[in-house]
Amino acid sequence: MPERVYLDNSATTPVAPEVFAAMAPYYREMYGNASSLHSFGREARRAVDAARAAVATSLAVKPEEIVFTSGATEADNLAIVGAALARASRGHIVTSRIEHDAVLRATESLGALGFESSLVEVDAAGRVDPEAVRRALRDDTFLVSIMAGNNEIGTLQPIGEIGRMCRERGILFHTDAVQALGKVDVPIRDVDMLSASAHKMNGPKGVGFLYVRRGTRLAPLSHGGGHERGRRSGTENVPGIVGLAASLELSLAERDEVVARMRGFRRRLLEDVLRLPGSRLNGAAEDSLPHIANFSFAAIEGESLIMKLDEAGIAASTGSACSSPNLEPSHVLVAIGVPLSMAHGSLRISTGRDTTEAEMDRLLEALPGAVGELRAMSPFKVGE
Amino acid sequence: MYTERVVEHFRHPHNMGKMRDYSAVGRVGNILCGDVMWLYIRVGTDTAGREIIADVSWETFGCTAAIATSSMVSDLAKGKTLDEAISISNRDVADELGGLPPVKMHCSGLAADALSEAITEYLTSKGRPVPPALAARHEHIQKDMAKLEERYKVFLDRDATKGKDAGAAPSCS
Repeated sequence: MPERVYLDNSATTPVAPEVFAAMAPYYREMYGNASSLHSFGREARRAVDAARAAVATSLAVKPEEIVFTSGATEADNLAIVGAALARASRGHIVTSRIEHDAVLRATESLGALGFESSLVEVDAAGRVDPEAVRRALRDDTFLVSIMAGNNEIGTLQPIGEIGRMCRERGILFHTDAVQALGKVDVPIRDVDMLSASAHKMNGPKGVGFLYVRRGTRLAPLSHGGGHERGRRSGTENVPGIVGLAASLELSLAERDEVVARMRGFRRRLLEDVLRLPGSRLNGAAEDSLPHIANFSFAAIEGESLIMKLDEAGIAASTGSACSSPNLEPSHVLVAIGVPLSMAHGSLRISTGRDTTEAEMDRLLEALPGAVGELRAMSPFKVGE
Repeated sequence: MYTERVVEHFRHPHNMGKMRDYSAVGRVGNILCGDVMWLYIRVGTDTAGREIIADVSWETFGCTAAIATSSMVSDLAKGKTLDEAISISNRDVADELGGLPPVKMHCSGLAADALSEAITEYLTSKGRPVPPALAARHEHIQKDMAKLEERYKVFLDRDATKGKDAGAAPSCS
């Protein structure tokens, strides 16, 4: 079996060696609780403070505006539910149809408390029109949450424009920047809250942060020892936080070089994959995250395509219903109007800092055969 | 998640492809739901003069489990008398594959349904009586498919202003 090829970097990434090295001492040597008074605690506290300062510097924000969390799902929940619970009255939230489940489900959960929400539609490329967001605003809208770049199809959103519009009206603006941070510019000055996760940028799993602009009122969701300035109680994940800061610094330091490579891979994918009959791009040809490309193939089903590619040692993912626990096709593909018959045959390729040209060769060699074999089994035929 | 037998049948499926001289075909599933199975049978007679499924093949659009169950049901049905073939159940298909993940159990149902639909079509085309159990099953399968189509129509017509409920896809299981 040749080396396996990992092209599922928007699911997660390997920890970079330099990030791993930065984290290592905090497991067995400097393992103190950052809240302890003794020297063990003080060295852990110094590490957390330094990591917070590094993250803040990377984003050009203040250290006290960074709240470390267990990841982006928690950060999204803290932003949305926290902002809602900090209010004296109920109100209205605007988000989009293609948000991550963490945003959609957190918003939905507030329905039980009497909050209301609107989901803005997107166009065929998955772009949120700022004008549509404006139309969805009501007198009692207190929060808008629109992701920076979509995790399934890669489409970038005009979050600067949306953020400025919200600020003019005194409405909080949150963005889930999990896939975008470290890949594209995120106009943080136009944002009140931003969620990010370490494991999408070659950092460890189980750690992320929420940027919270000073003066933003947020109710904590976890109560306890008052960590993170009372916004997120719980003993700090010191090695994780150190790894998060290291991964963010690394991804920004090598961004130009890595992103240029990713753009090249994506151009090649668009050119070669779309030559296959009965294929389509889901998302935007331009205006996309550099590392994500999503395609659909007529007459075949995505889960079996993933299995075929896995046989060839290639790891990718699909938004097919048959790969989800509830047998529903991806809400993102449905929202951009991919015909349901094709929504089942989707393939998401996501490259990473370690992806090579030779790995793209492997994928592009294996893909036509995999699609062809499944089409040979299918009752539906594709016109040449 | 999948047993080795499922993966083996997926990688090297048996009796795959369209049949030219088929006696009947059972068509089940819905492309909008993500799996469609067409199962062809050719009916012949064995040395004792009994009607048997002399040949069987299939074309399937679907996930790993849908393809593996197509392959398995074709193995199970081949050479069986019509009565024996009628009695092949979802459970038999899943068991022979060493089990299926719970969420994929409907795939084994699809395979058994395709076989029973093909036999129903065969008997009907010959103007012969369809045994009551098979007729009931046929009615049930057709009703289910009609229900799915109806549900998807609602889904496809979903109105942006209706909010999240209208945006959720119906379950295909």
